Formats: sequence, structure tokens, C-alpha cells
Amino acid sequence: MKLIPTAAWIRTTAIAALLAACGLPTAQAQLTIKITSGVNHPVPIAIVPFAEAPSDSVGVAGVIQHDLVGSGRFSALARSQMPATPTHAAQVAFPDWKSTGVDYMVVGRVVPLSGGQLAVDFNLLNTLTGQSVVRKRFTGTAAALRNAAHRVSDAVYQAITGIRGAFDTRIAYIAVVGAGAAERFQLVVADADGYNQHLILESRFPIMSPVWSPDGKWLAYVSFEDHLSAVYLQRVRTGQRYRVSARAGENGAPSFSPNGQELALTLSGVSGYPQIYVLDLHTRQLTRITHTPAINTGAVWAPDGRSLYFTSDRAGSPQIYSKSLASGSFPRRITFTDSYNASPRISPHGTHLAMVTQVDGRYCIAVQNLKSGAFRVLTQGPLDSTPSFAPNGATIIYAKRSDPNGGAILATVSVDGMTGMTLKPTHGAVQDPTWGPFPQH
Amino acid sequence: MRRIVTVMVLAAALGLAACASKPVKPASQSAAGAAGAGAESQGAGSGANTGEGALGNQQSVPGPQQGLLADRTIHFAFNSAVIRGRGIQIVAAHAKYLADHASARVRLEGNTDDRGSPEYNIGLGMRRAESVRQAMLLQGVSPSQITVVSYGEERPVDPANNPIAWAKNRRVDIVYLTPTQPAQ
Repeated sequence: MKLIPTAAWIRTTAIAALLAACGLPTAQAQLTIKITSGVNHPVPIAIVPFAEAPSDSVGVAGVIQHDLVGSGRFSALARSQMPATPTHAAQVAFPDWKSTGVDYMVVGRVVPLSGGQLAVDFNLLNTLTGQSVVRKRFTGTAAALRNAAHRVSDAVYQAITGIRGAFDTRIAYIAVVGAGAAERFQLVVADADGYNQHLILESRFPIMSPVWSPDGKWLAYVSFEDHLSAVYLQRVRTGQRYRVSARAGENGAPSFSPNGQELALTLSGVSGYPQIYVLDLHTRQLTRITHTPAINTGAVWAPDGRSLYFTSDRAGSPQIYSKSLASGSFPRRITFTDSYNASPRISPHGTHLAMVTQVDGRYCIAVQNLKSGAFRVLTQGPLDSTPSFAPNGATIIYAKRSDPNGGAILATVSVDGMTGMTLKPTHGAVQDPTWGPFPQH
Repeated sequence: MRRIVTVMVLAAALGLAACASKPVKPASQSAAGAAGAGAESQGAGSGANTGEGALGNQQSVPGPQQGLLADRTIHFAFNSAVIRGRGIQIVAAHAKYLADHASARVRLEGNTDDRGSPEYNIGLGMRRAESVRQAMLLQGVSPSQITVVSYGEERPVDPANNPIAWAKNRRVDIVYLTPTQPAQ
């Protein structure tokens, strides 16, 4: 399937308001990760250091351990507590490991292959039975060793929890660096753990609302170059970009349909009332979805592609509505709690709605079960925004403002609200995170 | 259970390697995400690098400074687009100036505080800019003299997270632009 029919669009060239990435201090590429809470009964596991050639060592075991502990579902045995450092199952003396209290252990090694490739071999062992739960080999370049480690994390996570892991995925977000005339907005793509950052776009005008195409090859976003809002599609790998909406007034809040053929977006036109539209990326045909003289924005698609969820203040305060795309249907109000519910996001299986809600003046991330209506506030606020589901639906990433004088940081929370983690830049602010799809290995 | 794990993320990328002068940098994927490397190798940003003056007729200018005209900011209550108090007088002064100077042009920039949904805040900023535009049109300003944009919460005048900063940030800024050329 050719996902994004770019032939229909004229490629735009960048203007000088967008600056080259040269000369950025490297410090701002750093993120500090802090796990802020965890579940009560995590699975005890030992991630034994892998055999690695020192020259290409990235600490595979450390990456895996960070992934698993960060999920909140695992607790890791400290290396100082490990009775030995086996790298093959045959070397493991199980009684010694059983006595440390771990239920599982991972052993493995990084093996150089011809042509500069590396193989990561791992074996997940049940320390109680001594049996192998899963063993696999992932191969890749030395530069992709971290990603191979994330794939090990995904395999271990799935084998033990039954849920597909989402460690080998990417996020996009907006970094805001500098101040005053030196302020710059950066669209950045990174691994889900914050490493491997790539600058996609930099501008002295705001960039916002990035969203991934379903195949992970494109980002859509809003950029305000020359004081005009416009919606762009940009191919992540090559940087090719296409301006798909630059009408009078607001052009905002893009969202790809599940099949990647259409884009929901918000246009205010000359009336000044933002309305939801669907743009067919093949034909460029624009279909208006909302018709209320109110703010209607932030549309996202149900996973079946048949309806949209969006924010509207048609009843006074912002609330979330859904509307079937079948003709003649009317919007249905979905949220009824509190005076402010906005930024809807639908979980990958369509079962849950995440949003920003206001609780006692604090803006928090909440989740509503779309079947039962059960509503759960996951975060403490006071200034949380822009939730985005991991592709496995287990975790939500969002922007959090906790510094009284400054910008946002990124944080994650498990959908049960039990586990949190923050990713903090060493300076500047990061906001508007959006979690990409599963990779296509 | 409460754990603190601190990891310094290496400054691996941010596109620092192979830094070119192109304004838009492709993300040169090297990692395992590189499955299925596409045929596209064409970088963006080639071609016209026309500079900020590309839309030279949109350059901001100082504009009139007498009396109330020196005041370019209208403030709003939380989640409101209603012009009130001194804002009414400021809008009226600029509307009169614009009605009297047909070549004068302004951009109305709507802004919000940084609480809640960025997308909703773009809408709210648009409603605020639209309130000011409508008030100006009622006072005789031509639609062709006004453009509007909403930055939502993206351009605070005060980035602090407290009620005083939020009040400052809920605003419409009136920006004067290069006047149009006199009609032939």
C-alpha cells in the first residue's frame, strides 16, 4: 500500500526562518530519566551483563534493565547481588539464582558477524524451573545495538506479561530552546527511551501537534512559518515535506486516518470558529465534519476509521465528543466529568479514551473506559497535557509542567496509573510528545 | 516501591553530524528503525532560501504611537474571548486609526495561557483574535486591513506557571504591518 499519496501535493521548500541544525550545543540533546513510582508487586528478574566486545559495548543488559524496570512491571536484581555473570544458559547454577529471589533471569552475548553486523543472542530463563522461556537472536549494525537491546526487552516483556512490548518504538516531540529572539522550536524524533535523537525541523516560529502516520514513515505537524499556520507532512527519513493546508485562519491539529489515506484537521476559515474537516490525501477533497459555531478541534480517529473524537466547547466548557463519519449522524458527547476535558486520544484497541481533565484547578491526564464509562485520573498535574498512547496501549506519554518558572518535560504513566517516569532535558523545554507505531521489522 | 534511576542520554544526534546549510534537516536514520530503507534520498530544503523577507509585505512596522495607540495588547479572562474594560478602548482607538488610514494593516495575534490542551488553546486564541477583528469591522475597518493568527499557548510573554503570568499571556497582540501601496 502506498501510504501517503504525495504526488497530489506540491513540495514546499523551506524558508530561512527555519534554521539549520548546525552549532547547537550538544548538552540540550540530553534527557535525564527518573522513575517516579512503581507497582506493588513487580516481577523480580536478573538481567545479567551480556558478553560484549568493549569497543562496541553500549551496555545491552543496562538498556534492557532500564526498559523493564521503567515499565513498572519488573524489579531488577542489583549486579552486586548476582552470584555470577553467566552468558549462556549452560553456565547458570540455578539454585544460586533461586536463592536471590528472582523468578526470571536473562543471559546473553553480543556476537560480531561478518560485514560489520552484530548479533544479540539472549535467553530468558525461569530460575525456578531452570527452563528456557524464550531465546532469540537479533541482528543489526553496531549503530543499532540499542535497538536490538530494546527488541530483547520487548521479547522478555511479552513472554512474561503476555502484552507486546513497545520499547523498540520511537517518539516525536517539540523542544523549545533559547529565549526571546533566540528562541527556537525543534521537531525531534527519538527512541522511546529518549536516546537517538534526530532533529527533523527547526524554526523560530512555533511548531506543534506532531503526529505519526500509521506506518511510522511520516509526521504531520503544524508550523507557523511567517506568522501563518499551516499543516505539513514530512517524511522522517529524508526530510521531504509537503504543505497540505495553508488556508486563511487556523490550520491545525492533524491526525492520520488508520489507513493513512486521510487527514483530519482543524480549519477556522474566515468565520473564526475552528471546525473539523477530513482531507482526502489522494483527491485533496475536503469534507466538513462539524458545523457548530463553537471551537471544534483536536480530532482523532477511532481505530476502525469510522468515527472521530474531538474537543468542542459547544456546551460552554471544552468537552469531548464523537461523531460517526456516516452521513446524517450527530455528534455524541462522551465526557461529563468536570468542567474541562480536552485532547482526546483513543487507545490502540479502541477501548479507552485518554484526555486532559481539570480536577480542582489542576490539569491532569485521565482515562475513560469507553464501554463502562469508568473514569480514572492517572496523574497529579498541575499542568499536564498532550497524552499519547504507546502502540501496545500499556503506557501514556505526556507533557508535564512542574517547574514554576519554566517549560514542560516529558513523562510517562502506565494506563493503570501505577507507574510513572520523567524524561527531563538538561535545558530548554520539551512538549507535545507523540508515540509512534510499532516498527516494521 | 520508589526508584530513582538516572541515565544521561548521550548527545548522540540532533543531526549534528554532517551538518549542512539546508534549513530542514532529514533525520538520517542509522538505527534499527531503519528497516525498509526507502528509495527517497532527496533532501528537503533545496531550492529557494528566500529569507524572512519572502513575504516582505508582512513585515511588522512600529505603527502609530500616540496615546492609546501605543498600547497593543488586549487581555482576556480565563477561557473567555470577551473584550472588556480597557481592552474596549484600546480596540476602539486602533479601529479608528485603521478606519482613518485605509492603507494601514494589522495582524491580530491571539494567545492563551499554557494550561490544558494546546489544540483547544489555538482555537481559544483564534476566538480572541476574532473578537477583536469583529469589533474593528463594526467600527469601520475594512476586512482587507486585518489578518489573524492564533499562537495558542506557544508564545507566552511570561513563561512562568502562576496566575499573574497566565493573566499576562491571555491576550491579543495588535501588530502593525507594512502599509499597502496606494491604489493606482
